[in-house]
Amino acid sequence: MSLVARHLEANGVSTVVMGSARDIVEECGVARFVFTDFPLGNPCGKPWDQEMQRSIIGSALNLLDRAWMPRTTIQTPFHWENDTWRDAFMRVDDGNREALARAGEERRRRQAEVKTGR
Amino acid sequence: MDGLRPYRSFVSYIDRSREYYAAQGYSKPYAWAHHDDVPFTPLQKPLSGCRVGLVTTAGRTPAEGLIGAGGLKRGPYAEPANPPPKSLFTDDLFWDKKATHTDDVDSFLPVNRLAEQANGGCIGSASPRFYGVPTDYSQSRTSQGAAPKILEWCREDGLDAVLFSAL
Repeated sequence: MSLVARHLEANGVSTVVMGSARDIVEECGVARFVFTDFPLGNPCGKPWDQEMQRSIIGSALNLLDRAWMPRTTIQTPFHWENDTWRDAFMRVDDGNREALARAGEERRRRQAEVKTGR
Repeated sequence: MDGLRPYRSFVSYIDRSREYYAAQGYSKPYAWAHHDDVPFTPLQKPLSGCRVGLVTTAGRTPAEGLIGAGGLKRGPYAEPANPPPKSLFTDDLFWDKKATHTDDVDSFLPVNRLAEQANGGCIGSASPRFYGVPTDYSQSRTSQGAAPKILEWCREDGLDAVLFSAL
């Protein structure tokens, strides 16, 4: 996604990226970025919260108009109801380590089957 | 909440996904795109005169029976923005399915919210189409395949600016 935005910028089209994976977007490097610190899935506002969605797209359009240099990031003022998602997402701990290892082995086995056409 | 913390507040998905896949036995971590230089195009005219488009990482809803049958097409696509889509396919993407949902398209592709901005005169007009780039872990396919295609569609639709939203 960020790679596509960069291609448009390099070809004369102004862009803004709206997202919640701050490190991924900023490592890639984009012209303008509206960061909302939410769990991945709703970078443009909470579901059914039209007022928040209006605010976020308003921030994106404002940034489009006013940024004067690349890598301009702004953070919206919104917070999720709680912070439990921060540690829970893709968590690895003693409770799931064995299950994850088995899941990985199973996935590789299935991929190998597809490759060999079995 | 204000306070002192010995760690950064936002989640590092680069760190988190590397550790998660390492735990699944993938010893070679995914190499994320990194650039020192960033291209930049200032807006060429007042926002109120610009035509603006949207790009999402979500996919088109596949026909019944294709999910899980290897029939999903994951390349770039363009679809009419009016009538706006009631749903898009996100099941195969990397997002937090325990914490939230994607039942409201405007929470990840603000197609109705952008139309409001056009109706209110903040922007000149919204693109008649929106565009999709379902996440592809091949950076060369994204850069050499999807990116030129999206640019071509933006030019066909006369766009001045594009808002990207990554799930």
